[in-house]
Amino acid sequence: MTSVVATNQTILVVGGGIAGMTAALEAAETGKEVVLVEKNPYLGGRTVQLYRYFPKMCHPACGLEINLRRLKANPRIQVLTMAEVTGIAGDKGNYSVTVKLAPRFVNESCTACGECNKAASTEILDAFNYNLGKVKAAYLPSDMAYPQRYVIDPSVVGSAEGQAIKAACKYGAVDLDMKEEVVTLNAGAIVWATGWQPYDAEKITPYRYGEFKNVITNVEFERLADPHGPTGGKLLRPSDGKEAKNVAFIQCAGSRDENHLRHCSRFCCMASLKQTRYVQEAFGDAGKSTVYYIDIRAIDRFEDFYQEVKANPNVAFVKSKVARISEDKNGDPRLWGVNTEGYIRYSEPYDLVVLAVGMEPSVKNVAIPAEVLGDSSGFVMADPANAGIFGAGCATNALDVNRAVQSATAAALRAVQVVNQVARAEA
Amino acid sequence: MAEMKTAAYICKGCELGVRLDAAALVKAATKDGKMNLVREHDFLCSADGVALINNDIANEGVTHVALCACSRRAKTEAFNFPTVAISRGNLREGVIWIRPDSDEARETTQEMAEDYVRMACAEVKAMKVPEGNPNTGTSKTLLVVGGGMSGMTAALEGAKTGYKVVLVEKTGALGGMAAKLWKRIPNREPFKAPMDNGVADLVAQIDADANIKVYLNAVVAKTAGAPGRFKVDIAVESGPTVTEDIGAIIQATGFTTYDMAKLPNLGAGQANVVDQLGLEALARAANGGPIKRADGKEVKSVVFVQCAGQRDATKTHLEYCSGHCCATSVKQAMYFKDANPDVDTVVLYTDLRMPGNNEDFYRAAQNKGVIFSKGAVANVSASGDGCTVKFKDLILNEETSADADLVVLATGMVPTTGPDLDQLNEANRAAEGGDAAAKEQVIQMMSKSVLNLDYRQGPDVPQFKHGFNDSHFICFPYETRRTAIYAAGPVRRPMDIAQAQEDATGAAMKAIQAMENAGLGRAAHPRSGDLSFPTARLEGCTQCKRCTVECPFGAIDEDEKRFPLFNESRCRRCGTCMGACPVRVISFENYSVNTVGAQIKAVDIPDEFSEKPRVLILACENDAYPALDMAGMNRNAYDPFVRVIPVRCLGSVNTIWITDALNSGYDGVMLMGCKHGEQYQCHFVKGSELGRYRMSKIYDTLKGMNLEEDRLMDLEVAITDIETLPKKINDYAARIVEMGPSPFKGL
Repeated sequence: MTSVVATNQTILVVGGGIAGMTAALEAAETGKEVVLVEKNPYLGGRTVQLYRYFPKMCHPACGLEINLRRLKANPRIQVLTMAEVTGIAGDKGNYSVTVKLAPRFVNESCTACGECNKAASTEILDAFNYNLGKVKAAYLPSDMAYPQRYVIDPSVVGSAEGQAIKAACKYGAVDLDMKEEVVTLNAGAIVWATGWQPYDAEKITPYRYGEFKNVITNVEFERLADPHGPTGGKLLRPSDGKEAKNVAFIQCAGSRDENHLRHCSRFCCMASLKQTRYVQEAFGDAGKSTVYYIDIRAIDRFEDFYQEVKANPNVAFVKSKVARISEDKNGDPRLWGVNTEGYIRYSEPYDLVVLAVGMEPSVKNVAIPAEVLGDSSGFVMADPANAGIFGAGCATNALDVNRAVQSATAAALRAVQVVNQVARAEA
Repeated sequence: MAEMKTAAYICKGCELGVRLDAAALVKAATKDGKMNLVREHDFLCSADGVALINNDIANEGVTHVALCACSRRAKTEAFNFPTVAISRGNLREGVIWIRPDSDEARETTQEMAEDYVRMACAEVKAMKVPEGNPNTGTSKTLLVVGGGMSGMTAALEGAKTGYKVVLVEKTGALGGMAAKLWKRIPNREPFKAPMDNGVADLVAQIDADANIKVYLNAVVAKTAGAPGRFKVDIAVESGPTVTEDIGAIIQATGFTTYDMAKLPNLGAGQANVVDQLGLEALARAANGGPIKRADGKEVKSVVFVQCAGQRDATKTHLEYCSGHCCATSVKQAMYFKDANPDVDTVVLYTDLRMPGNNEDFYRAAQNKGVIFSKGAVANVSASGDGCTVKFKDLILNEETSADADLVVLATGMVPTTGPDLDQLNEANRAAEGGDAAAKEQVIQMMSKSVLNLDYRQGPDVPQFKHGFNDSHFICFPYETRRTAIYAAGPVRRPMDIAQAQEDATGAAMKAIQAMENAGLGRAAHPRSGDLSFPTARLEGCTQCKRCTVECPFGAIDEDEKRFPLFNESRCRRCGTCMGACPVRVISFENYSVNTVGAQIKAVDIPDEFSEKPRVLILACENDAYPALDMAGMNRNAYDPFVRVIPVRCLGSVNTIWITDALNSGYDGVMLMGCKHGEQYQCHFVKGSELGRYRMSKIYDTLKGMNLEEDRLMDLEVAITDIETLPKKINDYAARIVEMGPSPFKGL
């Protein structure tokens, strides 16, 4: 049975991506008790699925390492993974929260030695790689996974394979009898940092995502570029494994569109500009990128990055909302539309099309407690009437990593204010 | 202090007991490591193993523990013994996982493991449990410099958290730039109309808050001390200077608008051309009615020129985008439309930049009849009673023009961050050399200082790019190079009010945290919570000033006798001072020239006939060491002749480690640190750069020792180099074999 120590001076942080981790760390490093609840078996959220960050082209794992070290060194943070908040009762300064814990089938005795992985044979879709590859049913989600503890997929529990996996562990870490649990914990304030999900590209029907294999999303392209991704970092297109040397990026795939996402997702322009660099790095002058855009939103000093990319003769920009995509016989996706600068019709084939899908707040599709107020796009709004629950990061707005961390730091203070009030009242 | 009692624990789990000869490891720890107590265990991180160690600490008086098991990054929850000194011998990720399980490899793998056991023993014996900085300050008062939207927000949030706040504002009233606005961009649903600027409400809240002390017409004349014990002189116009005890500082000094006089081609100086702030003044005068020009004529047509003097690739004007101006022009176009829907409002832009829910605001403007035209403006000239704007219509691809009663230039933000320290240092050097113009320049620059820090390294926070105080770290936006001093609002990066308020709230969080930790003697990010701090044996100090010059965080001043004066609570514990010190008088309790030096000496160096070279690797613990760990997790094998020692930062590497290693028979030394230069990734900003600069000087020493340059290899490593790093190690090892054994072997 999982035990959690929490009081009405504890801050609950929901979501263990970079925003949630930041909120938890900032509060804990100020001396507050924190419970951090994460749905995945590991911390880090979507940032760790990125290959590089714009504009520095540095690696998210670098900051994650520091954040994990902060976390490991801080006894004030209790982490619950594979956990989801299912209910919130009570008021500011005294919430009662129920959390559902899915079974990992591996306990804290795990040393991450990997013997269970060797004993497994079933392969499951690799969620960390956006299902572009497969992993064995006893797996460590990534090299940076924290807790550094394997996960057994429920599909092998109860099978002979499950028994073999259990037998392979010399440390009694595999526990196939683990059951789903519900724990109830106390909290004085709550930071809601459940992040975002890529907009479902299949809903943008003219782009035929899901039907044309060589039409992929920006988040999938990150995994292709990553040396630890499903292609070993090679930019190979899904249909035939051919090198994707001529790549089109379609901006505002879902964003700035009242039929899809009403808001601008902010990060996607910079993300595509960054991804043109992947193409350049992979193929040099043989790598060509074309960015189809409405406005290039490279805000503040990101402008420098845009100017650099613009100066690259291998990157072209077309001001156009692509009308539709068809597929040539050789599997090349072909873009149709009008270049609004001069009203020129085009019909261009590419090796690969990357849809710069927008950011949809995760709160939209989960059982979000009624106490958390959403705006018309589904982002969490500050609600003065319920001043103990605070949004953080991309749950509150379409933000890049840097701004999500800022937002989370602010949210941490708001939560600290509440628990400080509780402490003063009880003193 | 209890008497030192040492213990080594050899784990046999995770195949360690199968792949390695545990008895020989025990012998290494006993005989060479000279540990008082040596135990082996089948599964050391188990409850039983942990209990064994805890029992030894409690009942055997063990004070120093060498854990010879897995990497220091693994099983940290289990191996948590806060009262004793701990070292970790990395036998798993660092030995058996990077070596093939074969008969040929067995001997060298075992040698590697024995060395790591000896190194862990040697290290821990040289360590002390940090006792914490004794020079802590207890002030928990927050200083906010700047009384605009960011500053007021930071002050209020700080007070709401329960802290006392001192708010210093240069002018006679709070409100800053925001107070000059007729209305602001909406930050809440429904994102359709401009909303009240919100200044009066914040001012009222501040007035009503007994925890906030406001100084108007005041500037910071001097900031001395360190986090938790700053002494800040506040010079009040026509009054005595006041000194406040301050714990942490938020710089929220805002921005000025880019001087439109620099844009003559866009109509600067013409009566009917204003910048966005000028339009706000007209809108305030109109008070919701039709907006009139300075000459009293009602404006019937207006053109907004976006990016005026911004995003300038020629670098004549601002190179960056100020972020808020698109939404600001939309808001201002609405001022006209809301008063009179018949006013022609045209926004000329190249990229309209209104992220997030501002898209709704943009839509609302379109619905109100505001025209948006993608165009590059060539010039603005006076014509008739108004202006003519010549531009290239980028949609129709033709040169065209538009006439308007009034033209509004969307000029950008220029941050109020004080002098650039690099330029100031340069001017200072020239002034010291007797250059009179430079002397004048120094006085000029110092007059612009915001914080007037009484720091050896200059009066303000170092700037990042384009004059802003932004952080270079994507994951850590609040990092500055002056501990417990945080930037908030448009001094950090261009931003609108909503972002500035969010930013100021975050900055208040960091500042409060910094005060709390300074009071407890703990380090701030990235080694948050670290209780160790640098101390210097001043009797050995030669006053060379390298530590005071190099400290990336300006933590070290000089005392009146010109000895280094450590301000521990400004220190981030990177160890750059320790690396810089040529006479090795600086150390931390748990990290010193000796903790690393002892490890280097503990390695067994086979003789020149053994064909077993030894390569020392000093690896940055933030990126290179994790990369090596993950190479192990992926079973990416590398050479068995390397011995890896993690360092806090390349900047902490003292050249003595390298010369000692080479003198004692190591055949080569590899340094692994983070990228430096403009896109640096060093978490201590300048650490890796300084470390590398220092190492570049060592080649002369090598020459003096008659050693090849290749005996020292400097490698830039990212945390993701999991596959490439083993290859590079192997390549280097091959090069060492090619060169043959070090001539110093066996001497």
